[in-house]
Amino acid sequence: MSAVIHASDLTKVFGKSTAVDHISFDVQKGEIFGFLGPNGAGKTTTTRMLTGVIPADTGTVIILGHDIRSAPVLAKQGFGVVPETSNAYTDLTAWQNLMLMGELYGLPRARAERRSSDLLGMVGLLERKDQKVQAYSKGMKQRLILAMALIHEPALLFLDEPTSGLDVQSTQMILSLLRDLNTQGTTIFLTTHNMEEANRLCHRVGIIRGGKMVAIDAPEKLKTAIDQVHKIEVSFDHEVSGDTLAGLSGVTAAIRIGDKWQITAENRDTAIRSLVTFSQQNSAEIVTLNTLAPSLDEAFLRLTQEKKP
Amino acid sequence: MNPAGFFEQVRRAWAIAKKDIRIYYFKGPVLIFGVFMPVFLFLAFFMGSRQLPLSFLISGLVGMTLFFTATAVSPAIFPWEGQAKTLERLASCPITIEAIVFGDMIASILFGIGITFVTVSIGLALGLSLIHGIILLAAIFLAACCFSAIGMLLAVPPTNVPSNIMMLSSLIKFPMVFISGIFIPLEQMPPWGLALAVCSPLTYFTDLVRYSFTNTHYFPVEIDIAALAVFTVAFTVVTMFLHKRTMPQRM
Repeated sequence: MSAVIHASDLTKVFGKSTAVDHISFDVQKGEIFGFLGPNGAGKTTTTRMLTGVIPADTGTVIILGHDIRSAPVLAKQGFGVVPETSNAYTDLTAWQNLMLMGELYGLPRARAERRSSDLLGMVGLLERKDQKVQAYSKGMKQRLILAMALIHEPALLFLDEPTSGLDVQSTQMILSLLRDLNTQGTTIFLTTHNMEEANRLCHRVGIIRGGKMVAIDAPEKLKTAIDQVHKIEVSFDHEVSGDTLAGLSGVTAAIRIGDKWQITAENRDTAIRSLVTFSQQNSAEIVTLNTLAPSLDEAFLRLTQEKKP
Repeated sequence: MNPAGFFEQVRRAWAIAKKDIRIYYFKGPVLIFGVFMPVFLFLAFFMGSRQLPLSFLISGLVGMTLFFTATAVSPAIFPWEGQAKTLERLASCPITIEAIVFGDMIASILFGIGITFVTVSIGLALGLSLIHGIILLAAIFLAACCFSAIGMLLAVPPTNVPSNIMMLSSLIKFPMVFISGIFIPLEQMPPWGLALAVCSPLTYFTDLVRYSFTNTHYFPVEIDIAALAVFTVAFTVVTMFLHKRTMPQRM
């Protein structure tokens, strides 16, 4: 895999406040990368530097092999941007907005028209293509700017809170489109507050706090990495001894909770193997076995609250 | 296709111009500011100053019309778009800041030229004869470029409050009208007035229009054209340079 986004030592200072503090990361081709952080953590500033809207004070951004500072047009030609607030021209129709984008990305007119029709159909706005955008609902505007960002079939898509404040129908439509786009090879950089969305959609997430990147990993790994002690819930088809369970390799404690045992383990893999061996040796069939990992919400809170700068 | 190539960027600037014309021009307030104000100023001076011939005042009216129309909207486009966040969309598109500025200039050039032809037609309808048509066409085109660059220059302060820019714009535009030989012939100006007049590109345009209609002029035609060309290049270069510096502050 090759890096589609390469950010190195990015810094942005506004007055006396350091919004982004020497952050570095790569986003690989074909990835959906979630960019998470509390309000004011530096997410939007980072995204604006990545997309060339504002210049970084220090550091470099390479997008699709082009330096955003020295070759901004070539870098921007390869990506599309969906900002949090709709920024389509409200005095133009959806069709005119798309055609404008087509011209700004240098598309021949025939291709721009074909793409516009396809995209408006895809986001369910074809029937209202000749209506001025000012009459659109928030969901419709958001779907339109997604279509505008896709007019030139970009290899990389930046999205800033694309489903914020949208109804369930629009949210599902956008998420489904993002999955489809990623399947077709589009790399996605997604800024979001929605942990569930990031958990279900992203291959990796980066968490920024106080302008610094505090973690980058796959959501499942992040969830497990924040807890040194792991919990496993197991139930058997007949009574077993708690002391025996507590004495198994990798298990540090076993507590009875209803008809289940909650196992505390230092190493989840060793503990599960021990439980399976125990089950076989004692003819105790495992009825349920669940690993109790913290949610991405918990991981996020832990990573963004601990050691607050 | 090289997206960063000169011709490709000019093509994209044309897209910006078309967008501007659709969204910002041909609106009531723009027409009022660009057309009615020069007409009323003209009428005020026509009625109050009976010594000045109609041909002199019509030439001034043409000068004012082009000046006001070419600078009517362009100063406010960036603040409007900054406020509506559409400027951020443009900033993330593969178009240079110079091309965005050039696109805005094209729109105001076309609008200025279009409305000025209406004023020229009024002059012809009032019985004036056009003696040097080619000179008038060249002067209108050159001055439209120059005034649209001035309009964009007025938009340089990185504020997203259009009223601030419009106030600044009026503070600069109105004094320019009064020092540019529109209502007071250059020949009748005191030395300090003349010193100010030579600093205004509107002076040279008005002189060329007067030459086109009356065959009289204060400066040689070549000087008028050269001065307009120099002002155009200088204002265009400066406005593009300054917008490149201030654009990130609008975001």
